[in-house]
Amino acid sequence: MLALVQDLGRPGWAHVGVGRSGAADGGALRLANRLVANPESAAGIEVLLGGLRLRARGPVTVALAGAEGPAELDGRPIGRDAVIEVPDGGELVVGNATRGLRTYVAVRGGVALPAALGSRSADRLAGLGPAPLAAGDVIPVGPAPDELPMVDLAPVPPWPDEVVVPVLPGPHADWFADGLAVLTARGGYQTTPASDRVALRLDGPVVERRPDALGRGLPPIGLVPGAVQIPPNGLPVVFGADHPVTGGYPVLAVVRSSALGSLAQIRPGDPLRFVASR
Amino acid sequence: MKVLPFGDDAVLVELDDLAQVRALDAAVRAARGEGRFAEVVDQVPAARTLLLRGVGAVDHAALATAVRALPAGPAAPVAERAAPVVELEVTYDGPDLDEVADLTGLSADEVVARHTAATYTVAFGGFMPGFAYLVGLDPLLRVPRRPSPRERVLAGSVAIADEFSAVYPAATPGGWRLIGRCERPLWDVDHEPPALLAPGTRVRFVEAG
Repeated sequence: MLALVQDLGRPGWAHVGVGRSGAADGGALRLANRLVANPESAAGIEVLLGGLRLRARGPVTVALAGAEGPAELDGRPIGRDAVIEVPDGGELVVGNATRGLRTYVAVRGGVALPAALGSRSADRLAGLGPAPLAAGDVIPVGPAPDELPMVDLAPVPPWPDEVVVPVLPGPHADWFADGLAVLTARGGYQTTPASDRVALRLDGPVVERRPDALGRGLPPIGLVPGAVQIPPNGLPVVFGADHPVTGGYPVLAVVRSSALGSLAQIRPGDPLRFVASR
Repeated sequence: MKVLPFGDDAVLVELDDLAQVRALDAAVRAARGEGRFAEVVDQVPAARTLLLRGVGAVDHAALATAVRALPAGPAAPVAERAAPVVELEVTYDGPDLDEVADLTGLSADEVVARHTAATYTVAFGGFMPGFAYLVGLDPLLRVPRRPSPRERVLAGSVAIADEFSAVYPAATPGGWRLIGRCERPLWDVDHEPPALLAPGTRVRFVEAG
């Protein structure tokens, strides 16, 4: 079980070696926060796959969003994308996701563990923010906002069978033989188990450099999440929320920021298809 | 200068050399200090590039125009020369000091004298939080990285490699040549600012007495 405290991250520190980090599926955290009438930027819990069990100390209001899958309150099934009132001592269980990978638990008032550089996001690469949650941890909750939840349930679009990822040409697209053609070809790619918050490592068609770019070196450049880097083996690496601040391989394409959340929900072995965007 | 779109929220400025990067980085920083480039939230210089990133979509063309309109060339880092110099006390007893002396044909004392004589400037970071690539190294002290990196370099290790000097802010694997150690913390998230050395900061090394 991996459960990390995440908010919307810490922009503005990349020049001293700290990336933004933040919820891998920012849209899902925002939705969970809106359901409990938190500011969208409040810290919640990002659960990888599932297996999180929380017991309330005093009554709390929570919402789950992101991946699809079973969840329970005191042994009774509860819905996701809904406002859940948990009584004092109530036990909330986030079961294993059946579709998608990351579930967000928002609690009214927000997770109030100490912030680092203005954010409560756990950045596993930079070693900042709260440690991964462990059995027995007590998670402080902040004061409830003045606003009250407006809806009981949020409509969410059905989960796609294949995640389609729109990409823009990256700064080094012209280093590659067919530009974006191989990357965006039908058949597509699948994520490998070596994927995490730092990057999705993909398996699929090898992207070849143009002959004149074969021996070309690249001094490290600043990176963004969604940068599709092509290392020497030709298999794309797509950077995620905890990406290194700089990287040394050419960037063929960049995922549109609107698609970063669905990228973070792709399970190892699941297919994805890149499409050229404009 | 090439200004390339880098996803929805950033541009990557490609430049010819590190001197151009430093000049443009300083010019953008100065402009941001005056309230311009308000959409830029992260500014990441590297060896040949400067990344400018906003929050949410940026207007790539407008940002490119604004970058091109900045005063270019070596005049820009003048503001840096007026900034205070951070002095770092170093005990020169690093495990690679004698090897650096052999590689450069200098005595260990001369290596120390040349390392402490220069004034350095932080060109860029990126390797780990608080790590700063310092330029200004005496050309006679240019040595390649170790053939194989050490599994663990201690925090505070003062190192040189190629045209750069640096101080490791925390323990990490590393391949630079270690010539000394510095007690002063370089990275502390509870300190304001958290990084002692940021791009543009000037540095001198002083031998601990």
